Amino acid sequence: MWFSELFKGMSPASFFNFSFLPKYGNFFLQGLGYTLLLAIVSVLLAVLPALMLAIMRLSKNKVVKGIAGAYIAAFRSTPLLVQLSIIYFGLFGAITIPRITILGFLDISRFIPGVVALALNSSAYVAEIFRAGILAVDIGQTEAARSLGLNGFQSMRLIVLPQAIKNVLPALANEIVTMVKESSICMTLGMSELMFAAKNVATTTYISIAPYVVAAIIYFCINYPASKAIEAIERRMRRGDKH
Amino acid sequence: MATNTDVLIRVEDLLKEYNDGAVKALNHCNMEVKRGEVVAIIGPSGSGKSTMLRSLNLLETPTSGHIYFDGVDLNDKAVDINRHRQKMGMVFQHFNLFPHLTVKKNITLAPVQLKLKTQAEADKKAEELLERVGLSDKAKEYPSMLSGGQKQRIAIIRALAMEPEVMLFDEPTSALDPEMVGEVLDVMKELARAGMTMVVVTHEMGFAREVGDRVLFMADGNILEEGTPAEIFDHPKNPRLIDFLGKVL
Repeated sequence: MWFSELFKGMSPASFFNFSFLPKYGNFFLQGLGYTLLLAIVSVLLAVLPALMLAIMRLSKNKVVKGIAGAYIAAFRSTPLLVQLSIIYFGLFGAITIPRITILGFLDISRFIPGVVALALNSSAYVAEIFRAGILAVDIGQTEAARSLGLNGFQSMRLIVLPQAIKNVLPALANEIVTMVKESSICMTLGMSELMFAAKNVATTTYISIAPYVVAAIIYFCINYPASKAIEAIERRMRRGDKH
Repeated sequence: MATNTDVLIRVEDLLKEYNDGAVKALNHCNMEVKRGEVVAIIGPSGSGKSTMLRSLNLLETPTSGHIYFDGVDLNDKAVDINRHRQKMGMVFQHFNLFPHLTVKKNITLAPVQLKLKTQAEADKKAEELLERVGLSDKAKEYPSMLSGGQKQRIAIIRALAMEPEVMLFDEPTSALDPEMVGEVLDVMKELARAGMTMVVVTHEMGFAREVGDRVLFMADGNILEEGTPAEIFDHPKNPRLIDFLGKVL
């Protein structure tokens, strides 16, 4: 058949040729470590700016509201790869970070720009999560706090946010899961995360498919159980929420 | 203006419009509340009685008009409303207890945060108030563990912990199961007897009649009639009031 020509040299076995693992397995482990650090650190860094953006977005002041809205719109409406490139070459082209390697595989001159770019991107998404979380708190809570004489800031800090953050934790954990996947894009800027490790192994060993299969399996084994665990926690929280 | 020390709250020409004037929730209303007086506001739903009450501490921002509290116009932008709200306790239909805080913390949060009391003083006051409404054993519980009647009694003493000059009640028994209405009304009656100035929006005609010094009848954003309970309930003059009483009594 004519189309069998297209698949010449490709057999199902080439997907599962894991002969490189004993020698290169460590690449994947370091890549996984890099990926997890990228994801977790960037979402944690995003939390405070996101909270600020969310509160700005809910402000009555049109200018304050507009600034936060523009930031969120810009980061949500452009590709992460474009943002990453602009921040990496633009912002960190001007700032020089010394090439220091920590933990044996983390070159901070690449890691820091990557984490900053991911955090700036993530803060736009997390801001919307926070905004929804704040709006989900009954307006009566604010009214009760204000009628006791607390000012707007005190009401937000003492009454609304503690309730909003509890509602928001599962969504925040989901954002980390998303970031574990999205951070693979950092490969293009030479950050040695999991996807970079897979490509490295593929080019070194001339085994072109199986290293990526290994990467896929690792991503899946992290994200699937994590999202299932988050779902379970969400279900339990909803049960405990009866007033 | 409002220099008479007997008058605690005076509302003058209060207007509240929605949708650029298409809806007049309050149509140039005037009223006053004297110290120690219990004023009940009755009327059909949508009549503006809750809007009136919520305007008194500016939870609703009036379109125009004046609300003098202790002689100060609260609807003046230069006034620090937070300071005056400390003196105006408010109780809501849906209790609005803080679910993430214990009962005791619900009561002590505001006095401590606003530096009116130390935590120890506030705790002592909270214990007295809990004792007064018979809920001392609930101090460490969270609101979700309480019945509706218990929640509302806690909400009342949370407001009392600020030692307010007036208590505003926004349909405090409307969200309660019938068997719990009594326990909340009892607390309110005791409060009235103790001389607290109260403004109560209510559907409980029995309470308005028994406890109210004065009753206001509102409909369509207007105060159509006001008088003593005997005048309002036994000799109503306004046809809308007669119609309303015919339906609810």
